[in-house]
Amino acid sequence: MTRTASTTSVRPNKTRPMKIRNGYEVPRGRAWWRHLGWRYIVGVIVIAFMLFPVLYVVSASVNPIGSVASGSLIPKSLTFDYYRQLLSGTRYPFMRWYGNTLLIGLVIALLEVLFSTMAAYAFSRMRWRGRRIGLFTVLLIQMFPQFLSSVALFIIMSEVGKVLPQFGLNTLAGYGLVLLGGTMGNVWLMKGYFDSIPRDIDEAAMIDGAGHFTIFWKILMPLVTPILAVNFLLTFIHVIGEYMLASVFLTDNKVKTLSIGLYGIIEGDQSGNLGLFCAGSILLCIPVVAIFLWLQKYITSGLAAGSVK
Amino acid sequence: MKAVSPKEAQHPRLTLGRTTSVPELVVKIVFLGIVCGFAVSLIPVLIGLKSWTMLAVLCVSVACILIIYTTKRHVPAKYLFPGTFMLVLFVLIPVIYTVAISATNYGDGTRGTQEEAVASIVENSVERQENKPSYTMSVARGTDHGRLVLYLVDEKTGKIYRGTQQGLTPVSRADVTVSDGKVTAVGGQRVLNALEIDKQGDSLSRLSVPVNKDKGIYIHPSGISEAYTGQSRLIYDKAKDTITDRQTGTVYRPRKFGDRYYYADSAGRKVSEQSWLSNVGWDNYTRLFRDESVRGQLFSTFLWTLFFAIFSVFGTFLCGLLIALLFDEPRMAGRKFWRSLMVIPYAVPTFIGFLIWSTFFNKDFGIINQVLGVGIDWFGDPTLAKIAVCTANLWAGIPYMFLISTGALQSLPTDVVEAARIDGAGPFRLFFQIKMPLLLISVAPLLVSSFAFNFNNYNAIALMTKGGPFASSGEIFGGTDILISGIYRMAFGGSGAQFGLAAAVSVILFLITAVLGGIQFGISNKFEDIR
Repeated sequence: MTRTASTTSVRPNKTRPMKIRNGYEVPRGRAWWRHLGWRYIVGVIVIAFMLFPVLYVVSASVNPIGSVASGSLIPKSLTFDYYRQLLSGTRYPFMRWYGNTLLIGLVIALLEVLFSTMAAYAFSRMRWRGRRIGLFTVLLIQMFPQFLSSVALFIIMSEVGKVLPQFGLNTLAGYGLVLLGGTMGNVWLMKGYFDSIPRDIDEAAMIDGAGHFTIFWKILMPLVTPILAVNFLLTFIHVIGEYMLASVFLTDNKVKTLSIGLYGIIEGDQSGNLGLFCAGSILLCIPVVAIFLWLQKYITSGLAAGSVK
Repeated sequence: MKAVSPKEAQHPRLTLGRTTSVPELVVKIVFLGIVCGFAVSLIPVLIGLKSWTMLAVLCVSVACILIIYTTKRHVPAKYLFPGTFMLVLFVLIPVIYTVAISATNYGDGTRGTQEEAVASIVENSVERQENKPSYTMSVARGTDHGRLVLYLVDEKTGKIYRGTQQGLTPVSRADVTVSDGKVTAVGGQRVLNALEIDKQGDSLSRLSVPVNKDKGIYIHPSGISEAYTGQSRLIYDKAKDTITDRQTGTVYRPRKFGDRYYYADSAGRKVSEQSWLSNVGWDNYTRLFRDESVRGQLFSTFLWTLFFAIFSVFGTFLCGLLIALLFDEPRMAGRKFWRSLMVIPYAVPTFIGFLIWSTFFNKDFGIINQVLGVGIDWFGDPTLAKIAVCTANLWAGIPYMFLISTGALQSLPTDVVEAARIDGAGPFRLFFQIKMPLLLISVAPLLVSSFAFNFNNYNAIALMTKGGPFASSGEIFGGTDILISGIYRMAFGGSGAQFGLAAAVSVILFLITAVLGGIQFGISNKFEDIR
């Protein structure tokens, strides 16, 4: 926003001092309603629609009447019984699922960030035959969801399991390997960000005798940190919410992730287990939302820089 | 940027690349060592299991790694390899494999090979022969993958034999310990006790030791400590590929019933319900398109999938953009706060959102029916169920579109916008003729991928309705099924896996996705000027 106050007409107000926000005069009276007031009203309605399910989950997780038949969003009394039940693991191996989810989310997101950054570096900074075709191919192949080949993946992984049992069906490692197939998904985003960094920087480093790895690791990596954060977070959220492949590959209680586990809880009794499900969801969401809001600045600018060229 | 100087390119030497520092060199050596060690340890296992495809993939991968990371050349490849490797292994190869599966009848009851099916048919027809030798049996675990091995003592002659699926071999008395006419240890190793044998269940009762395959003579376990000689009623003739009944003389040949082969006589009576994996060519595809009812369902499901994807992309984009514009007003107080609130649902894992929405639409206790004071059965009617799914997906998709629209609005070139404003463009002209075109160019690729994503948005369907409601039990596709959720039910649903048919629909979906992608790439100018 580089518009300045000078471009808008500034009318001096005799009775009260002028109110300026972000370099613009805030109008009053009917002009306020015409320019701003309706925005607040519509904004509240929109936010209410978007946040309602979230608030509903929060409410149901502490509402002693497990089902929603009570009808009110604000519970009449509070209970933390669902959280206690989950954390103590009496009915479901919740902590195990939680651990599985965090483990697979962190490892996959880290590897994905590393691999896609490396690929983006090659696509952005090097000139080689087939580069354009390569970029198109990556984009096209990524449009095929892995889940469409779930039959083939299922057979492949069961064959792999015969040779390497620790990577077969019903193992977190095998499931993680399959997820790594989508690792090139954010290459376009990363490449866009790399492109926005002036090449003079690496050319100067090259003259100083830096090799391609030094330029990549020591010079460019620190400069692309915002997009790394964005990529990491997006992947992490995607992985911990991944339900489709997990439902094919993780059927044993010990290796389930939260998406499968929580689905099982609510499928068992949609009305009676709602409180448990919601409590589990909150426990899963808290760290994610916290990190998300913390990194939000990077996310908006990162996504914009990746898409807008 | 020249990655490799011309001099080096002319004389590539086998080195460890440009790595100069000691820790980097160590990491590289350790990494390559692990790769080679891993490969060397796997090769014998793969040969043992006869997994030639996996062996080929392994060898090619290791060769690529060595070529890329031990020479100074192929610098871009050094960076592209890890991601590309995973992409090829877990996206591209499965796609190709799916195409291959679509030409077979792979599914429940057709997982084995024809050889295995014949062996099982013949062995199942073994009948006991009273005048032939019977044995006292002990069971041990063999050295190859723990397969069971029988140690048999002839009850009349006392001779000892070792019996496996491959055949019967005499054993010298020195190699085994015999007590009470029973082998109790082999080469010092204990044989299985009664409890352990009992646990083997089927794998023991199905084990039969061929003595003379041509005449159909086998030794069969009976209980846990006895075995008898039996002769199979059915004899397989490999040269003619026929199974003959010794008693009646009936000849059974492989005949096709539906998409499966069975051994059957000339009147079409099957000798067994045992079928096997076979190529059926285009049968899966013709089944999809020739059968009137299947074709109709496929077509209407395709239309709904298309509608769902278009509605989701444009609905969410429109809403996201409008909300972004709503908050794109510098005179508003607390813009950051508004935007943060908008983004929260994006951080909620999608499966939670859809499951919550599915409880909202519940007939009996759903909040929507309660607020409206009605008892609508949202998931019982195809149209209502579609509305429910679309609503939930709209909710799930808006935050993402809001994010990218906000980002794009913020990075619009201010000089262009300012110039238009000075030239006297009103707010509407400014938006529709200046901002919107610039915005669309920048978000077009994201809309493309969003379309492809929603076309195959299994989550939304599976978690909301599981594809239902179903008009009748015979329907392949339910009222809200998009193509991909129908595939899933075919392949992994409760009633008999039909992997071959599911793969055929997958292939059709691959083609549709590719065509749609191609069309949209063509439209999108973005791709004209890739730098």
